[in-house]
Amino acid sequence: MSQPTNAAGQPQNDPKLPPREYTHPGLPEPENKDYAVIGKSKPKIDAREKVTGQARYTADLKFPNMLYGKILTSPYAHARILSIDTSEAEKLPGVKAVITHKDVPTLKYGISPARWDENIFCSETVKFVGDKVAAVACIDEETCYKALKAIKVDYEVLPAVLDPLHAMDEDAPQIHPEYPRNNNTEIHQDFGDVDAAFKQADYVRTDFFVGNRTYQAPLEPHTATSIWQDGKLTVYSSTQSPHYFQYYIAREFGLPMGDVRVIKTYVGGGFGGKLEPTGLEFAGAALSKITGRPVKMFYDRAEMFAHNRGRHRQYMKLTTGVDKEGMILGVHADFIMDGGAYTSLGIASAYYAGAMLTLTYEFDNYRFDMHRVYTNLPACGAQRGHGAPQPRYAFEAHLDNIAKDLGIDPIEIRLKNARRPNTVTPNDYVVNSCEMVACLEKARDVSGWRDKKGHLPPGRGIGIATGSFVSGAGYPIYRTDLPQASAMIKVGEDGTAATLYTGATDIGQGSDTILCQMAAEAMGYTYEQMKIVAADTETTPHDFGAYASRQTLMSGAAVKQAGEEVKTQLLETAGQMLDFPPEQLEVRLGKIFAKDNPDTILTTFEDVARTFFVRKGPLTGRGSYAPPKLGGKFKGAPVGTSPAYSFAAQVSEVEIDQETGEVAVLDVWDVHDCGQVINPALLHAQVHGALYMGMGEAIWEEVRFDKNGKIANPTLGEYRLPTALDMPRVHSSLVPSYEPAGPWGVKEVGEGATLPTMGCFRNAIFDAMGVSVNSLPLTPEKVWSALREKRKADGEEVWDPMTCECYLED
Amino acid sequence: MQAIADKQGVKRYLVDVTVNGDDYSVVVKANTLLVNLLRDEIDLTGTKKGCELGDCGSCTVLLDGKPVDACLVLALEADGCDVITIEGVAQHGELDKLQRSFADNAAIQCGYCTPGMILSAKALLTRNPKPTEPEVRAAISGNLCRCTGYVNIVKAVMAAASGEVTA
Repeated sequence: MSQPTNAAGQPQNDPKLPPREYTHPGLPEPENKDYAVIGKSKPKIDAREKVTGQARYTADLKFPNMLYGKILTSPYAHARILSIDTSEAEKLPGVKAVITHKDVPTLKYGISPARWDENIFCSETVKFVGDKVAAVACIDEETCYKALKAIKVDYEVLPAVLDPLHAMDEDAPQIHPEYPRNNNTEIHQDFGDVDAAFKQADYVRTDFFVGNRTYQAPLEPHTATSIWQDGKLTVYSSTQSPHYFQYYIAREFGLPMGDVRVIKTYVGGGFGGKLEPTGLEFAGAALSKITGRPVKMFYDRAEMFAHNRGRHRQYMKLTTGVDKEGMILGVHADFIMDGGAYTSLGIASAYYAGAMLTLTYEFDNYRFDMHRVYTNLPACGAQRGHGAPQPRYAFEAHLDNIAKDLGIDPIEIRLKNARRPNTVTPNDYVVNSCEMVACLEKARDVSGWRDKKGHLPPGRGIGIATGSFVSGAGYPIYRTDLPQASAMIKVGEDGTAATLYTGATDIGQGSDTILCQMAAEAMGYTYEQMKIVAADTETTPHDFGAYASRQTLMSGAAVKQAGEEVKTQLLETAGQMLDFPPEQLEVRLGKIFAKDNPDTILTTFEDVARTFFVRKGPLTGRGSYAPPKLGGKFKGAPVGTSPAYSFAAQVSEVEIDQETGEVAVLDVWDVHDCGQVINPALLHAQVHGALYMGMGEAIWEEVRFDKNGKIANPTLGEYRLPTALDMPRVHSSLVPSYEPAGPWGVKEVGEGATLPTMGCFRNAIFDAMGVSVNSLPLTPEKVWSALREKRKADGEEVWDPMTCECYLED
Repeated sequence: MQAIADKQGVKRYLVDVTVNGDDYSVVVKANTLLVNLLRDEIDLTGTKKGCELGDCGSCTVLLDGKPVDACLVLALEADGCDVITIEGVAQHGELDKLQRSFADNAAIQCGYCTPGMILSAKALLTRNPKPTEPEVRAAISGNLCRCTGYVNIVKAVMAAASGEVTA
């Protein structure tokens, strides 16, 4: 590993250091002049449909003869089903079908092939409040609720596991008989020699942190409409991945994939929660098969919270050894995560939690232990940033504790340890482009760190944290040799329009827009003439969909190849038409010219494309993308591999109300290394959204349970989704970067900006008040309690609200 | 209001409502919500349902000019009223300045909150054409957005109010 020797490693007040030029936050990044279409803030391709109400989401679709379906769920966290009586429900007028486990395939499923542990309906036990028991299809929604009420289920209530820290106790109730001690996943990875590093270290510190259970809370509720006709199944769904839905639905019902068509409509946000098929698709398909009619199924808001698949709550013990300069020598991460009742994508989450800690700082010795335990709570899965944001919060807080103990500025300790480009992590991730140092330096400068750190008025503080994320997972979720992404482009017969066909899945992040920009760039065409057909397993070529921040790099690479194939054929025909060597021709924005004379337009894309069609038929291009073989040889090595990693630093400034503990976030600065930018406006919008989600999780959001394992706050108001009044000033800026593994040098942005946020708020509070809040969210109550403990420790008089007495703590 | 009873004795009422300038007469139950009248009876699905509890504001419409959550208004209450939904904001195919501004300022991601946001913003600009940023934030504080952090939405409303949006 390289030692940091540049100017950044010098003490912050070193007079030799040249004065930094302050960048003004909020200024738009300069547009890239080298490209015609990419690098420009083109408006979203679906903007008009979305601002006029024309955009149709799955719940907006109606089909002739359509029925409505609902799922009956368990009222108990853990119970044995003694009997189910559907006879009264079946007698109600308007009820067309009532189904239970007896009417559907019993094959277990789950998005993680390593642990298929879910059934369409429970047959023996229910495992959380909200577990699926039966379903109905009726002529309208109101009849559905009447029918659900009329189903009689006798339960024998069983003791439940609600505390993950006791899930592995010897006498704890068993949730899945196949997984003794409720042990869902156990990880032990060891790289280098951590014990030797701790022996060699000048200082070793251990800290313990606890995360929070959060939920993606997309605004659009999950909906699926299934149509089973003549042995073929069509599912319109609010999905992040038509491919995985198609694969798992086909598997469950024993159909060839070709007989299952999954169509994404407009999707109202996903953030990880719509990656795996739900009871809506499975029960809906079964109900449609039985009734012979289309069946529309949907979750209401409380059912969404119960279905969950949101962020795991993690219990994180971190031990780090450093030398006296603050160089990290070794790290031991020892975590427990509350998985809930099923696996979902949780095995990957468990690996991600520890694996991604090696990215932003360089150290050789690393040990990672993890237990993901089953509990009788809703299953957790992949939420923006996957398993990584909570451990990142913990590590960034831990690092600030170490910096304080050693008397080193928090930015200095990060600059000393920051990852450099062209390095390999101890867990064998190959990092190509990496501007971690530039991100830290720019974050320091744009935030005015040097003027603020140590100089802010009482109650004000400033904190920093870093993050890094994959640009697409190196391997798909189930084992297959299919390429990661593919694309086709069809140019219209008169050349005035071209259609991109892609399986990439726009869930709001804007992939339809940027992929059309990329196609136009590669073809030498205009964005305004592009159309797109996306995310329909029958009409579009294969792509794994929207997760792991993969589409700009992976789908983009396939689109680029398809566009270049169009361009090659076009210029060949142009060469024949003009009697000119095609390799000396260029096409840009639909205009064809000689490379050495770009000012003289020889002909147009449209004319040549029309001639091509007349001579040879459709002008099409194809592309596909498969990453190189990535990762080491140890168990779990594929998780976290990626062709490229983004890097980011965030600084936040907070003001604490010392009486109430309320945290007001004043400003947040995000500085990102995300490679080349395709659409600056959409890119910064991704940062805003990621930061918003990170901030919500950091300060307010938490799914809470009552003593019976029932969600206590299953509404957006009580869960406390931040409003426009809660948002601080947000400044998003970039550092120049180019990623050799990505088309045009691109990397991810959509999830990476969630990673540093929780840590940078905690560190700002730490700076403001000298108190550490070691669990998320950083609520006023916790800040207040921490302040109170500190005052007691300092021998100050503390007012006890419980006794209304003022006393001196002994 | 005219009422008829079905076989089980459940009453249906005839509601006269003007939506986006068009007059409709719709038979509803006493518990039919305005949002369902709009979406199910007259097929105006631009009005979204996100929570059905008045938390998210996705179903915001203008009821006699005031922004309301259509999931908290009974269809019966809209009798004789003038309702504007997102489908009624553009005139003769020409986008409203707010709609253009949302598109120009990257204020749209998944688009699910967009109809409600635009209608809340429209109500604000009608009563206060030159709002301050805190006034914009307050006006849309009943509309949740999970994608944008509200940054570009606030920017878009401010730009529309200041006339920065090109026609």
